[in-house]
Amino acid sequence: MKFSGQIWKYGDDINTDVIFPGKYTYTLRDPKEMGKHALEDLDPEFASNVQNGDIIFAGKNFGNGSSREQAVVCLKEAGVSAVVAISFARIWYRNAINNGLPAIICPEAVIAAVHGKHATVNIEGRVINIQDKTYSFPPFSETATEILKYGSLIIYIQKKLADIGNSKLAS
Amino acid sequence: MSMQTFAQKALAKSAGLQNVSIGSTVDARPDRILSHDNTAAISTIFNQFGLENVLQPEKLVVTLDHAAPPPTPIHARNHAEVRKFVTRNNIEHFFEIGRGICHQVISEEALILPGQLIIGADSHTTHFGWLGAFGAGVGRTEIAALWATGELWMRVPNSISVKLTGQLNSGVTTKDLCLHLIGQVSSDGGLYASIEFSGESISQLSIDSRTVIPNMMAELGAKNAYLPPDKQVFEWLANKLKHRLSVEAISKLAIYPDKGATYLEVIEIDLEKLEPQVAAPHQVDNVQPISVVAGKQVDQVFIGTCTNGRLEDIAIAAEILKGQKLATGTRMIIIPASSQILHSAVDLGYISILLDAGATLGTPGCGPCMGNHLGVPAAGETCLSTGNRNFRGRMGEPDAEIYLASPAVAAATALTGAITDPRSLEVS
Repeated sequence: MKFSGQIWKYGDDINTDVIFPGKYTYTLRDPKEMGKHALEDLDPEFASNVQNGDIIFAGKNFGNGSSREQAVVCLKEAGVSAVVAISFARIWYRNAINNGLPAIICPEAVIAAVHGKHATVNIEGRVINIQDKTYSFPPFSETATEILKYGSLIIYIQKKLADIGNSKLAS
Repeated sequence: MSMQTFAQKALAKSAGLQNVSIGSTVDARPDRILSHDNTAAISTIFNQFGLENVLQPEKLVVTLDHAAPPPTPIHARNHAEVRKFVTRNNIEHFFEIGRGICHQVISEEALILPGQLIIGADSHTTHFGWLGAFGAGVGRTEIAALWATGELWMRVPNSISVKLTGQLNSGVTTKDLCLHLIGQVSSDGGLYASIEFSGESISQLSIDSRTVIPNMMAELGAKNAYLPPDKQVFEWLANKLKHRLSVEAISKLAIYPDKGATYLEVIEIDLEKLEPQVAAPHQVDNVQPISVVAGKQVDQVFIGTCTNGRLEDIAIAAEILKGQKLATGTRMIIIPASSQILHSAVDLGYISILLDAGATLGTPGCGPCMGNHLGVPAAGETCLSTGNRNFRGRMGEPDAEIYLASPAVAAATALTGAITDPRSLEVS
């Protein structure tokens, strides 16, 4: 997987309430609609200007707060291809992987990233390119790699259930 | 075998293993799976697995609490879908609107016991550490996967030890302890970690006071939090179970960390030295001693939520407001965390005192905490809340300011109209 897009750079502790306001959690169901409210209370310019493939670079503890999965879905629907941060909140991180959105820990790239400039991400090669510099990031865990390969936890579980079904048929 | 933390022992047990090392990944099988108003959305995901019914319906607990009773037809439709799911799958542990907030209701129903594992589609599932259980939050898709498979991959976290000494002074609560800790180590100070409390001080704390602690550790980024359960906890649970399980049987389920277990960090806090704390907008770790923010005008005071909506919290408010009136220009919303709490607060006369003072009451549930239900502030207004988050827009309005504090600070503030140290009222 390779992604290429414009850098949207934000600070530390970008919480789930500013990514996707709680007031929408039980009223918005269409993922496309969720995308229109991405980062609404942090950067009102984001949702209307983000392009497919764009990459978010942020500081520490990205996605802290609520367990709401819409805080991942809205970014994906808005066109974000990956989020690179110094660190991630744990539930947001799991939700990202489970929805096939790469959440990449790479402090050096975050420091180098400039808002509005261009970046590329190569998942298999584990590198980020910003201008003419290259930054490498650590591998995903075995399970995260599997889920990212299938594209989502839903497909991963479908496969797992099918395997169980097949082994029952065989025995 | 090396000495083990609580997290190591609890996750080993849940995975059916003898022991597990920190950093390893296990397939955990939770004893309970929690969801609330989001059950409808989770069932939509579950339907994509092509299964007729959930694997272990007896493990599920479903509460309607986040927007209860429903404020709009859209919320009502959501609840209707949850009820349909619950009926189709024979979910025994289903709690209707008004019963209360999931974490409080599950505690009161004793649906989780010491040493057990509960996974919830709610970030404050850390709550259940108050009774010595392992509680962790996940997203909707993972709950759907749990309904299908009964298993979840979990990494055995590092643990941070927090040792408590001394006793809280009058006017200071466990909310102040939590805000102090979050202010000290910041909002990612416990990222991915199991926060394991210890110390003689814990046995001096009431059950209501204890529940605040693991609940608030979600704001440190913690995976779970843990208080060592004692006789007070076992007796409380046995009473709730109407002694279907004995105090002794419950105590045998408890898990305690070994002396000499490995901790990433050891933090010591002397409760005696704490003073009331306030988290100022718009981050939970923007914590100030009350002296710094005292005098800030407040439009609305909110006492409620899974953090501080319990009987003890309402009692503190009633004690401070007895025979008094709210300050002109300041309104007060009280939302008990459960129907049992509301019932007791009525019986004990607290609700009459608060209504006489000019406060209003909401249905047991989450209320305006996350901007979903009644009692949200207007743009330009300031709300002092006993809840757990003060992020911009949290209560629905990005141009409102939210301060977080204890119920004692909240009641003192409702009385004067500005952020007030409850200890200053005792002196006068």
